[in-house]
Amino acid sequence: MRNRRCAVDKRLRQLIRGDKRVIAQTITTVENATDPKVLEQIFPHTGKAYHIGITGPPGAGKSTLVNVLCQHLLTDGKKIGIIAVDPTSPFSGGALLGDRVRMTDLSLHKDVYIRSMGSRGSLGGLAQKTKDVALVLDAAGMDYVFIETIGVGQVELDIAQVCDTTVVVLVPESGDSIQAMKAGLLEIADILVVNKGDREGSDRFMLELKFAFELREQVTGWDFPILKTIATKPEGIPELGAAIAAHRSYLEGCGMLEKARKIKLKRRIHELIENRISSHLREHMIGEHELDTMLDKMYRRKLNPFRVAARIADRIIRPQ
Amino acid sequence: MKKDIWKEKTKTCNERDATFTTVSGIPVKVLYTPDDLSDFSYDHDLGYPGEFPFVRGVYTNMYRGRLWTMRQFSGFGTAKDTNKRYKYLLKHGQTGLSVAFDFPTLYGRDSDDPFSRGEVGKCGVAIDTLRDMEILFSGIPLDQISTSMTINPPAAMLLAMYIVVGEKQGVPSNILTGTIQNDMLKEYQAQKTWIYPPKQSMRIITDIMAYCSEHVPKWNTISISGYHIREAGSTALQELAFTLKNGFCYVEHGMKAGLSVDAFAPRLSFFFNSHLDFFEEVAKYRAARRIWARLMQDKYNAQNPRSYLLRFHTQTAGCTLTAQQPENNIMRTAYQALAAVLGGTQSLHTNSMDETYALPTENAVKIALRTQQLIAYETGVVNTIDPLGGSYFVEELTNELERGAYKYFERIDKLGGVIKAIEKGFFQKEISRSAYEYQRKLERKEKFQVGVNIFEEDEQPKIEILKIPRAVETAQIRQLKKIKRERNGRKVREALKELRRAAEGGENLMPKIIACVRVYATLGEMCGTLKEVFGEYHEPIIF
Amino acid sequence: MARKIRVLVGKPGLDGHDRGAKVVAAALRDAGMEVIYTGLHQTCESIVEAAIQEDVDVIGLSILSGAHMTLFPKVLNLLKKRHASDIVVIGGGIIPQADMKKLEKKGVKKLFGPGTPTSEIITWIQEATVKKRSRPKRGTVKPTKKLRQKAAVKRRSGKKSARQKKKPKHKKK
Repeated sequence: MRNRRCAVDKRLRQLIRGDKRVIAQTITTVENATDPKVLEQIFPHTGKAYHIGITGPPGAGKSTLVNVLCQHLLTDGKKIGIIAVDPTSPFSGGALLGDRVRMTDLSLHKDVYIRSMGSRGSLGGLAQKTKDVALVLDAAGMDYVFIETIGVGQVELDIAQVCDTTVVVLVPESGDSIQAMKAGLLEIADILVVNKGDREGSDRFMLELKFAFELREQVTGWDFPILKTIATKPEGIPELGAAIAAHRSYLEGCGMLEKARKIKLKRRIHELIENRISSHLREHMIGEHELDTMLDKMYRRKLNPFRVAARIADRIIRPQ
Repeated sequence: MKKDIWKEKTKTCNERDATFTTVSGIPVKVLYTPDDLSDFSYDHDLGYPGEFPFVRGVYTNMYRGRLWTMRQFSGFGTAKDTNKRYKYLLKHGQTGLSVAFDFPTLYGRDSDDPFSRGEVGKCGVAIDTLRDMEILFSGIPLDQISTSMTINPPAAMLLAMYIVVGEKQGVPSNILTGTIQNDMLKEYQAQKTWIYPPKQSMRIITDIMAYCSEHVPKWNTISISGYHIREAGSTALQELAFTLKNGFCYVEHGMKAGLSVDAFAPRLSFFFNSHLDFFEEVAKYRAARRIWARLMQDKYNAQNPRSYLLRFHTQTAGCTLTAQQPENNIMRTAYQALAAVLGGTQSLHTNSMDETYALPTENAVKIALRTQQLIAYETGVVNTIDPLGGSYFVEELTNELERGAYKYFERIDKLGGVIKAIEKGFFQKEISRSAYEYQRKLERKEKFQVGVNIFEEDEQPKIEILKIPRAVETAQIRQLKKIKRERNGRKVREALKELRRAAEGGENLMPKIIACVRVYATLGEMCGTLKEVFGEYHEPIIF
Repeated sequence: MARKIRVLVGKPGLDGHDRGAKVVAAALRDAGMEVIYTGLHQTCESIVEAAIQEDVDVIGLSILSGAHMTLFPKVLNLLKKRHASDIVVIGGGIIPQADMKKLEKKGVKKLFGPGTPTSEIITWIQEATVKKRSRPKRGTVKPTKKLRQKAAVKRRSGKKSARQKKKPKHKKK
């Protein structure tokens, strides 16, 4: 037993030192939830990294932008972890993860660790897994943790809850669908970036965005920046870096960072409790067999699902 | 009605359990009749050989006048090794040369570049400087032979070397004949050999077109290539549509650069694949000629009839060769070569049976060359022009491919043209999807490969294999070092500086490149200089 | 849910023929694996670094340029240097049989020639991953002699019971 503890301590030390192989293997453990103790062990060593979400529609150039932005940040001797999330095939559960390709400049850098994740790679929702993986990178001494996701659907809203600053990346072509996006993607943005700014219509698109966001600025008090970048050149990258830094000092200055992180912790606890209870219920309290026998009756409308659910729930809530 | 009686009877016949489609998936009917060509007009839709719209062939008497050029793509090891192979091929009746370069050369890198480790002389011949080119063509008179060079991003440099070798042989550039591939669009789409971004590549290409129209008038400045698109997994229709659309893109760029369409269009040539499906391939070549002629006349207002001619080289499909039972590849290649000849090709390369293992041995290449000679001298298919013309099936398939191509043109236009579509990954996605689909058909046994998924044998084939010794790399690097020591370093630096200046401005790059070549600047130095000005291309990854 | 198999599909060197690599990558995805695709023109260093950071089970290299005798050994050596030789290296491409044998001796676990059905590659990877994961990981506790003996007994008895179960079936027939 002592032998095992020794090995665990050694691995924890290696992780904190930033050994990339150990980071990688720890992430695999966390992602697949094969050892629930790991997160407990690393938690005391976390809380130092600053989390930045990068999200936007497919083809907006997010990976390329992260690539150049990180190169900019690395000049200050910072350590960076990147989590790149790509969609998982709903049919096979497999995924093609290709974001690394656009970050080859970074992947050999000693202070950078990049990990690709499938959006439905493992047990539980993506957001929870990403939070866990981010914890590992935090413990490994990363100054910044970038989380890059495709902004379609619910996923990016969850991701925003992990991050301190969320950057939404759009391209001039996104202009047509701006009305549809305003409700979703743009709500979570702390910084808006119009990438591929050398393309036709970028200036007009910037204006439209400014107009659409005037209101929001008055509500939050944060001087909401809309920036133009050309990641392939690159152009506008130092400005983006500065905007992220500005948002951070704004959050720190008004105490929002601590407040928001506490809210996130609280939400995390809720989630963990719910997970634990629901998996317990599924495993022990609600007999699958019992349900199956009733399905036939429900299908033939002899029983109704509302009644069945209420009966089972009552049995759990008010056990005799 | 005889037809109705036959139709009734077919209902009582059982069909084999098979999918009756072309290899590209076009459904094929059990029979074609005049009904399939209801509004077909001979004069309008077919015409005569050498006459608009050239469906039946680009020359008036085709192979009755001159056979196609038998041109085996070849190159390996050092320039000396390849020179020996060329002389062997010419001795056995080959009528043109076709240079295969190694990967470092294709990417404009020198043999001593770290990225070249393990690749020097492996897939083709290694060329670093003019010296290698001099050795490559020593004893081969450039005024008597035409040479095709499969080279793309560094095409300008290799052409410059060829011009200077000609000079040294006393052959002026205006009588040199041959082709550089120089087709960057299909590189971004399929073959993936690139250095600079598309815009800069197009500038180099138009510089070459402009220079050659004046100084090397008999040179084919671009070989617009469907071959690699097909090898990367496209269907016949995609090969046809993408290749022609690329061709029109070059025409548009040439015109935009201020050249008159008739000044350069006659020097554009094409390069197609010849795949397994016999009739589909024949129809593809015929459709290509008609589309090119019509659009060059109607859309681009070319006046010179030579601008309407789609002349093409064909290579049999490397991707259809199998490692299993490799001798079968001789037969595959023969049928593919026959399709190319019946499709009216101007030159032909036939693959060797051992190419799924390594570069071909001398013996394997000879059999491949003999395959062409057999078609030309024994089968009698060359006696009359376009013997499949008028076949209900072939004509309808030609029409169908043509219709499909126009549909693709529309889609590409909607995306903003060829270069925009490349940036959006359109071609790459289309091609990789077709490749995956075909692989799945093979695995579901909807399509067959003899020896692979039908009539398999357990025994491993024993065949002779060409080995490129490791010593080639060290020898080549030693040679390169020697040249760098012996040349005039100051002159090289000056020539490269001039090249950079021209690249930063708008001056034609060709004369500057020729000046660099003359003083033995290396390929890597020239391409590196341009890379510093033009930047590098990075591919969007799309599945 | 079982732990996903992670595979890196890489194209080292200058070779731009990516048809095979892409077809295999798509087939592995459709078989439920997570595939990290490196793109073209990668150095061996960046392939190994990516494999380590992504904690893949398998590296699959596609080489059609004839540079296989240089590139495969280089990747194997780099993995060794990083104490990551447990990552299984496989490959495919235009590789003569004599070279295949040499490479397999050097530590490439499997080379697939042209015409291999993707289903064969998938099955091979699935089996290799099961084997690989059942080996103890570097850095985790090595089982003591006693534990190993226990495990061996368990394995043996497990086999026996399987055999015993089969027998009565035969009798019934």
